Amino acid sequence: MELLSFGKTGWGDELFIATLMTVAVAITAMLIGFFFALLFTPLKLSKNKFLNFIANSYTTIIRGVPELLVIYLFFFGGTGAVMFVASIFGYNEYIEINAFITGAFAIGIISGAYSTEVFRGAIQSIDKGQFEASKVLGLNKFGQFFRIIFPQTLRLAIPNLSNVWQITLKDTSLISVTGLVEIMRQSYIAAGSTRDPLLFYSFAAVLYLMLTFLSMKLINRLETKYSRGY
Amino acid sequence: MDIELMISSFPKLLSATVITLKLLSVSLIFGLFIGLIFAILRLNKNIFINKFAYGYSYLFRGTPLLVQIFIIYFGLGQIEYLRSTFLWVVLKEPYWCAIIAFALNTGAYTSEILRSAFQTIKPGIIEAGKSLGISNKIIFYKIQIPIAIRQSLPAYGNEIILMMKGTSLASTVTLMDLTGVAKYIISTTFKPIEVFIVAGGIYLFMAFIIHNLIKLLERKYSFSE
Repeated sequence: MELLSFGKTGWGDELFIATLMTVAVAITAMLIGFFFALLFTPLKLSKNKFLNFIANSYTTIIRGVPELLVIYLFFFGGTGAVMFVASIFGYNEYIEINAFITGAFAIGIISGAYSTEVFRGAIQSIDKGQFEASKVLGLNKFGQFFRIIFPQTLRLAIPNLSNVWQITLKDTSLISVTGLVEIMRQSYIAAGSTRDPLLFYSFAAVLYLMLTFLSMKLINRLETKYSRGY
Repeated sequence: MDIELMISSFPKLLSATVITLKLLSVSLIFGLFIGLIFAILRLNKNIFINKFAYGYSYLFRGTPLLVQIFIIYFGLGQIEYLRSTFLWVVLKEPYWCAIIAFALNTGAYTSEILRSAFQTIKPGIIEAGKSLGISNKIIFYKIQIPIAIRQSLPAYGNEIILMMKGTSLASTVTLMDLTGVAKYIISTTFKPIEVFIVAGGIYLFMAFIIHNLIKLLERKYSFSE
């Protein structure tokens, strides 16, 4: 127990900061995922075959390839890609990208593929009458979508988005391979220097359980808020 | 784009795929067995047995697979008592540690899939069996289980693909599976995109095969509804 205490002799404070890091990466990744979903959901619903193909390739590839492989691609390939873009603009020095950004981006792209599927399903299950009614009310396209369709989509999407959040939260453990000090990495360091892997990895499991439990509670409250009228 | 590297790394990656497939199939077999047991326990009316089964699935679904592998591979070896038992023969091998972690993990998800499948069986079907004078045991094995299997096929197909992706974590405990070899080639050649295309292609191909096999099974087992 002493090993888990705060202060100089224990790893408590380090693990606390690592937990905050995990939460920060997960939230950033989720937001990046929403951005990708915003981009690809319209493509999925579009009538154009080519746009459909692009969106389908994105979701199929990401959902069929292991997360770890995607992370390796970004970890080893990210620097090269940024340096290539920089060289076009005439900058040839070595650029190192931050592990947080690479990690959040890799997990974000993965979570985006799942979010895209969730939003597609939610929009498709909204009654056609709602689209027609919003047109009849004389709203412009923007208003139709954001004032009528989107709030209803949210209600339908929240339960599935909470699954995506759980997946994203657990996927952040994989970024530890890139050296970002989140829960997994910090436990690895602590286990290595104290030779007590059982304690630290079990504690890491407890931390993840706490995070999933707390987020479930929060999401349930959101769910009741958005289904008030039902 | 280094086409030569893609061609030369293909056989290496393909031979690593054999390990991935071995890990996947062995852990799925154990996992299905564990899942079935825990699904039955979840349906038990005894509150302790019920809570125990729920706790198991909550624990394994609420924590990352990576933590589970690390606890089993690095953590369990620390217990002196375990080292003196026959279990140590199994637990010192990263291959078996990975399989234990995968089987327990997929077992938790499978138990949830099967539980919900059992619960969606219409009570009328069981009542019909009873009124025909069939014993409870035979109703369970010959009526409930086949229907539950059919009900859970689509969700279980997804679980197989998730587990296939999960086997990539075996590379973190020194196993040279498809991801392990891919990482090795990337870190020696610094050509991540080429290797990703080949290795990712193999994974996608496997996912495609699994997806279609499950569809075939679904068609075979669907009743005329």
